[in-house]
Amino acid sequence: MTVHVDSSSIACPDCDLLQQLPPLPRGTKARCARCGSVLASRPSGPRDLPLALAIAAVITFGIANVSPLMGLSAVGRTASTTIAGGAYQMWLEGEPLVGALIAFSAVIAPGAYLSFMLVLLIAARRTPPPHWVGEMLRWAHHFEMWSMLEVMMLGILVALIKIAELASVEAGIGMYAVFALIVLMPSILVTFDTRELWSRVDWVEDAAARQTSTGALVAETQK
Amino acid sequence: MTAAQHTAARAGLVSCEACRLLSRPASTSTPGFCRRCGEKLESRHHASIETTWALVIAAAICYIPANVLPVLNTTSLGETEADTILGGVAFLYASGSWPLALIVLIASVMIPLGKLVALVYLMLTIQRGSIANNRERTRLYRIVEIIGRWSMLDVFVVAFTVALVQLQPLTSVAPGAGVLFFAAVVVLTMLAAESFDPRLIWDASGGQQADHG
Repeated sequence: MTVHVDSSSIACPDCDLLQQLPPLPRGTKARCARCGSVLASRPSGPRDLPLALAIAAVITFGIANVSPLMGLSAVGRTASTTIAGGAYQMWLEGEPLVGALIAFSAVIAPGAYLSFMLVLLIAARRTPPPHWVGEMLRWAHHFEMWSMLEVMMLGILVALIKIAELASVEAGIGMYAVFALIVLMPSILVTFDTRELWSRVDWVEDAAARQTSTGALVAETQK
Repeated sequence: MTAAQHTAARAGLVSCEACRLLSRPASTSTPGFCRRCGEKLESRHHASIETTWALVIAAAICYIPANVLPVLNTTSLGETEADTILGGVAFLYASGSWPLALIVLIASVMIPLGKLVALVYLMLTIQRGSIANNRERTRLYRIVEIIGRWSMLDVFVVAFTVALVQLQPLTSVAPGAGVLFFAAVVVLTMLAAESFDPRLIWDASGGQQADHG
């Protein structure tokens, strides 16, 4: 069974059906003919938009992590907490694993996702983009899955309502920064045209071939 | 769709999970690496069903202590009160915020349980070679994948309640043993969803025409 395969051929990631991808106009996406999952999408925004969003997100991420999320005052005493403070307190209270999980899903994973995306988007401006952008994108996807800022936000809201009976609670700057991040973080990948990046990327195969030929050249000159 | 429908696997092709490039390796069982991005190629996730079963069973075991043991211990005026997850839901409901009680009930009780039931159903139908409702089963998997993270909700609720109520002079709050098991359920079910390969749903259909539905 021989099937003709060219650069427009694609296998559905969810059901493995082979199909030809039609040329996509800006702002459209293609769905699998059999299972309906999204095969490819072409964002409509300008090419530098994801980079701009990533830079904004990195700055917001910094603010979200150093400023207090919320303050609490009761009987003349005040307390405030940051994201890392929430994780650290769990560690102190005898739940180190849960503390580590919170730190990972609310600080480390979003931070890693943003750093990988920033480096990737800067590298993608080179022609051709280096082949390691593929690895960066892979890692960014993994960390995005484990970054749970929106879940944390809802969790904080529930906690606040529970505490509101005992004390008066105020939202801090960190809270507004987290709000902004929840919008900014997914928008980086949504506005980023990954298929266009793959069409320009420097193939691992070619890079390896080049390295062997330069290696041979060096050996030649040393002789 | 008049032409015969081929899957990449049947055509001897392997699709790269990272960059989607189709490769025609010499052997589909050991396909090597993607020529374009260098990702390790796999026709189907390695030991997908076995790994997913192991993780689902582990998560189901942890689900019991997660719901039975308290997640929050509140000490007020020398009296300690232990709250389980369902106790927290009841507290929210009693204090008049039933929408929040509903959100916590859905996120902490129904989502983890629903994920376990859905994954068990998907794996049983695959192992029995079912070819019915492929489209619906694929959609079910996608829902499991997307909503899974929301069951972390109660872990965050506990963490930030504990972090904020520390400086209170009369009341102090500490996490209970249940929270560790609950966090384990969330992580294990997320890993299970990741190791599951939805393409296995369609493999039993073989060269037959897709069911249009």
